[in-house]
Amino acid sequence: MKKYSVFAIAREAMRGHKGWEEQWSSPEPKKEYDVIIVGAGGHGLATAYYLATVHGITNVAVLEKGWLGGGNTGRNTTIIRSNYLYDESAGIYDHALKLWDGLSQELNYNVMYSARGVMMLAHNVHDIQVLKRHVHANRLNGIDNEWLTPEQAKEFCPPLNTSKDARYPVVGAALQRRGGTARHDAVAWGYARGASARGVHIIQNCEVTGVKRAANGAVMGVDTTRGFIGAKKVGVVAAGHSSVIMNMAGVRMPLESYPLQALVSEPIKPVVPCVVMSNTVHAYISQSDKGELVIGAGTDQYVSYSQTGGLHILQHTLDAICEMFPIFTRMKMLRSWGGIVDVTPDRSPILAKTPVPGLYVNCGWGTGGFKATPGSGHVFAHTIAKDDPHPINAPFTIERFRTGRLIDEAAAAAVAH
Amino acid sequence: MLLIRCPYCEEERPELEFRNAGEAHIARSANISGESDDDFEKFFFIRSNPKGIIYERWRHMHGCARFFNAVRDTVTDKFVMTYKAGEPKPSKLPGVAK
Repeated sequence: MKKYSVFAIAREAMRGHKGWEEQWSSPEPKKEYDVIIVGAGGHGLATAYYLATVHGITNVAVLEKGWLGGGNTGRNTTIIRSNYLYDESAGIYDHALKLWDGLSQELNYNVMYSARGVMMLAHNVHDIQVLKRHVHANRLNGIDNEWLTPEQAKEFCPPLNTSKDARYPVVGAALQRRGGTARHDAVAWGYARGASARGVHIIQNCEVTGVKRAANGAVMGVDTTRGFIGAKKVGVVAAGHSSVIMNMAGVRMPLESYPLQALVSEPIKPVVPCVVMSNTVHAYISQSDKGELVIGAGTDQYVSYSQTGGLHILQHTLDAICEMFPIFTRMKMLRSWGGIVDVTPDRSPILAKTPVPGLYVNCGWGTGGFKATPGSGHVFAHTIAKDDPHPINAPFTIERFRTGRLIDEAAAAAVAH
Repeated sequence: MLLIRCPYCEEERPELEFRNAGEAHIARSANISGESDDDFEKFFFIRSNPKGIIYERWRHMHGCARFFNAVRDTVTDKFVMTYKAGEPKPSKLPGVAK
């Protein structure tokens, strides 16, 4: 792997950019690997990357039914934050946030992590109570989060409508300054390049159609559209399709898959300096470096794999955005799309061993997995390499739905569901 | 937006009138406190989440307010049929192979 640097740019500029190499190779699948990761999204590629860099396991294949980063990695609204309520969640999301800081240097790939601040609006007394509780809980866990008055919120985000007669009056806000955004595609590409350089095979257009188990129940490998590929360890990181893959191994999951939509506007000059979220009216917004407003909507109410959702969901979100930012009422929206998110009953992820020996699962990130990408990959690689969870993901078992030891962010994740 | 046929009103109405109420044909035990942890997990948390035909409950919230069941393809979001609560799970589906 050739290092990217200002000197590389200068060198290539001198010779007509003929020396850039492919960022990752596309090898033919081998018959057998030490580890197979199902799903080449951010979480899967990060897992492969940390298996190689932290644990020295490089005989790894990442299988992807479509193209790399073409699922929810390329469909999310790129918000990064760690202001979750419970200790377990704070642990895993802040682990990720610490890795975001410095990830571009580590990967030698500009993931454009921008700690521009995530501001969550309060519109009523209940919001104030909930968000202040979050502020206190976060600070006890060593996570930055601060309370802003409406005036401070307006100062932090000038286009915000904080007038007293607003449809959704702003009565305060919680601000996590370390929160922000990153370039989602670059995260997948950077991890893919780093993993591929260390010998990991990234195999696209290779759909898993079955999971083979030995007589003793242990995993032997996976059937794919490109034939059987053997491995004693298989990690399923398939987002909305996780329960489909797990069913192939005979494991029924506490998951439901819903469409989640987002949309972007035409590009404009910089106007939104941070991420603004409103959970009560369910809208969130930031501005990409290209100038597009990136707007996230809610999930549809029914199980679906259609990667599309109802127009009324988008309309509801845009109604809220236009009330909070009257300045945007005449803007044109360019594109909208849907992704399929796998939601657990307690809205916390599952990163764990499974009842099947050699089968591991990283799923259930629901509507907010992107922010966790580096941390999720890091601890999941540990779980696979050691056949034992990292202390950070140890609470995120499948068994918690039997024991009742839930991590109940459902009402606490600070987003509406 | 989905168009959903309420089997009680016998009319196709827009999705906004309805609330999805999750997977259908999951029977609640008559003796819920006597359930083992395993059985309670299956009843309460585990879902089939199929890619394809799903049996699900809907409620005509802003209409007759009654619960009913529906069969829908989760890939196309097209409804195969709807039927009243309490009716058995249909074994043959119109227009669906197998």
